[in-house]
Order: sequence, then structure tokens, then C-alpha cells
Amino acid sequence: MGSGLNQTERARAAQVRVALPYHLRNLARIEGDVLLEVAPPVTLRAVLDALEARFPMLRGTIRDYGTGQRRAFLRFFACEEDWSLASPDAELPAAVAAGKEPLLILGAIAGG
Amino acid sequence: MSSVRVLVGTHKGAFVLTSDGKRKDWQVSGPFFAGWEIYHLKGSEADPNRIYVSQTSGWFGQLIQRSDDGGKTWHQPGLPNEAIPPPGPPTALPNRFAYDTAAKPLTTHQWYDGTQHPWEFKRVWHIEPSLTDPDTVYAGVEDAALFRSTDGGENWQELSGLRGHGTGPQWSPGAGGLGLHTILLDAVNPQRIYIAISAAGAFRTDDGGATWKPINKGLRSPYIPDPNAEIGHCVHHVAMHRARPDVLFMQKHWDVMRSDDAGDNWREVSGNLPTDFGFAIDVHAHEPETLYVVPIKSDSEHFPIDGKLRVYRSRTGGNEWEPLARGLPEKDCYVNVLRDAMAVDILDECGIYFGTTGGQVYASADAGDNWTPIVRDLPAVLSVEVQTIN
Repeated sequence: MGSGLNQTERARAAQVRVALPYHLRNLARIEGDVLLEVAPPVTLRAVLDALEARFPMLRGTIRDYGTGQRRAFLRFFACEEDWSLASPDAELPAAVAAGKEPLLILGAIAGG
Repeated sequence: MSSVRVLVGTHKGAFVLTSDGKRKDWQVSGPFFAGWEIYHLKGSEADPNRIYVSQTSGWFGQLIQRSDDGGKTWHQPGLPNEAIPPPGPPTALPNRFAYDTAAKPLTTHQWYDGTQHPWEFKRVWHIEPSLTDPDTVYAGVEDAALFRSTDGGENWQELSGLRGHGTGPQWSPGAGGLGLHTILLDAVNPQRIYIAISAAGAFRTDDGGATWKPINKGLRSPYIPDPNAEIGHCVHHVAMHRARPDVLFMQKHWDVMRSDDAGDNWREVSGNLPTDFGFAIDVHAHEPETLYVVPIKSDSEHFPIDGKLRVYRSRTGGNEWEPLARGLPEKDCYVNVLRDAMAVDILDECGIYFGTTGGQVYASADAGDNWTPIVRDLPAVLSVEVQTIN
């Protein structure tokens, strides 16, 4: 329920862990990391699609509605690598796809 | 007994201040949406429990929130707060403000350097609920455009006749951006709406938003290439009295202006003000010729003259102004009062309210004669609205 996957896809799906910044956790009314069922290939686009399907209140907050692009002050990290500028259709590291490592979504640090 | 609910948008969240009709003892609730910029929140006159909020962030973009219980609980319109959403794509896109690209030309406006620049949505500056239908609400956005929702904020459509006006490509941003910040709905003629844009000027529709005309004749701005241009004036805010919608009062960048013919012609009514620069302007709820401004020293120094915070009141529709100082800081006050940060209630003894960039919200329960702070230490106040609850 809520993942949007059919029975076959669910059987193949991995549990991907996503760490959201503070304000987006509040917006989604969750604590801690999010676990999402994502059918392979596990790409950034697939994970964000699954995240927005599960938490519709996050639509537009990570990817711009108009362009679909990552918001300028957000960054994506996985396995200590910066994925912010990677193709959204590139496969994420195997450790992320297996749920052993989280996909980190971080806000740029700024004062004020 | 009547009560008053003051809705305060700040740089770091929203606050709701409530009092009974005496307006002496206040309860403060919030922050709601803590850490987010709340440009504006406003209640529906058709259903006072319905409140719309513009919640925005440089990191996460624009959200619309709504309360259906007078500010106790909030949700994004159309998106249930339950943990697991129903299957299928969401039918509500409450934070999607997509410019209408089907209409003509609507592609670019003037940038700071004179070149053409694509329209880019940034945020909602102002929310204006319909006077009669709680599910209909307007949003003024940056880059300047007017949107309307007829389903309680679940989905938004642009009224593209405004941006598609022939002057659109000449509109250019003020220092704070190309924001549509003022929306006035005519209570007598529902087909008539006034809006204002920094720094394009004021516009009016007489057909419910399909077509628009600039209404800037008489405005004079010496700091633009043609001081008497049809568009390009930095209008800061416009106010009207509900019962007399053809009479408008404007705080321009410099100059306080008045129109008696629905904006077709303007004349200056700055009169004896110590400075006619400012942002906020409003009209007494029961006296259509009584208006209020907060003079600010200059466009280079956004604070009161000599550190003395003063509201100025005219009981003559402008030109003759009196300072109102009782209860306001007499020295060392260097705050600003922004364009949407003044409002009035409609109790028999009209109450006036304004918020400052220093985080104070001041109230007067006697039409401005005496002032007291409701709160002193909020984040910078971006907007103040008042609901009178019977």
C-alpha cells in the first residue's frame, strides 16, 4: 500500500533508506529515516518518485515542480559520495539499493 | 462578546494572537511552521475558521497550508495528514504554481540590466480569500502573477490575462523582487479586482480577471527614466474602505497617493508627513476618510526618523496628518514596518495593528490614540492580518 508497485515489482523491490533534513521530516510528520520499497534499478529518480508517492506533502520540496531539477540548496549523498550532480537515472551504490547505507538529502548550511 | 484573532507571519514561523473584544489580555500561540518564512496568512470572511498560509523556504520552495478550525490544526490542502496516502497519484497539487504558457507571449520580463529574463516562480507573497466563498482564494506571486484556486487551495490556475498584458515584457523587479503583493477584492462589484506589483505598478480588472489595465496615471517617480510612465512605478501597498471601493489609497515608494475613480487618476496626499516614504497603509474600518501610514526615513534608511516610531493618521483622506506616538518607542527604534504588516479590526471602536521587523506587534484599541505591544520578541514580522470573530 502506498508504494505504487505491483506484486511482481514488490517481490523484487529493495528497502531503501532515506535520511531527510529536519524540516522535511516535520513536513512528512515522521521521525528518523524513511524506508521505501523501490524496484530495481534503484536510481535517484526512482527513490525520489517512491518518496513523493509515499509522502505527497514532499512533492516540490526536493525537486522543483516546473523543471524537475534538484532544488539549488539541497544535496544528495550516498556512501560518502556526492550524487547531487549525477544523472537522476544513474544507479545508486549497491549498499544504498540494499538498504545498508542511507541516501542522504541535506540542506545547504547557512546562517540567519 | 466579540473576539479578535491576529494572524502574524514572520521570518521564522506563524503566530496567532487572540483576545476578547477589550483587546487588553492576549494569548499567543505558535510558532506554527517553525523555521519557515511565512510571507502571509489570512482568514476567510465567508468562514473565519478557514485560514490560508503561504509557507516558503529558500531550500524547499513554496507550500500552501490551510486551517479549517481557526488555526488549531493545519494541513496542505487536499493532502491528508494520515501516514499512508491513498493509492494512486495525488489529485491535489497545492504547492504547484505553474505559469500558463498556453497564452501569448508570457515568456520574459525585463531584468535589472534591461535585458529580457524568463519568468521564474519563487514564492507566494500574498493570499487573498474570496469575500463570499471559503474555497476560492487568490495568490499573488513572485515573479509577478496572479493565481486563483476554487477548491480550497488544492490546485491553482494562473489568471494569465494579467501577465499577458502588453506591458508585461517591460515589468522589472524592485530590489525585493518582482512580487505581486497587493490584491483588493471589490465587495460591491465582484468582477473588479485591484492588484499591485513592485515595480510594475497597479492594475485593475473589471471582468473577473480576464483582462487588465494599468492604473498608474498621476503617479510620478523621478527615479525611473520616464517619471510619468504608464508602468514601472514601485507601488508598495494599496488600501481601500470596503464600503467605498472606488476610493483607493496608495503608499508608493515615495509619496502617499489617493484615487477617487477606481485608480484611473491619482493625486498626492502626502501633505505634512515628515517623510512620505513607507510601506504600510490602511483605512479605518468605519471612517472611510481616516487612514494610517508609518513614515519611514528613506529608501536608503528603512527605519523611523530619529529613532521615534510613529504612526500617522489622517482624518481628512490625506494631506493633513497627525502623529500617533502614545505607547510607541520614543527613542532608539530602528525597525521597519513592511507593506503587509498593518491591519484593522471591525469592532465598534476600531482596532489598529502593525508588526515590525524587530518582532514587535503593536495594537491600538482606540483607533490609534494609544498603543501597546502584544508581543515584543517575535522573529521579524512580515505580515499582520486581523479577524474579528462574532
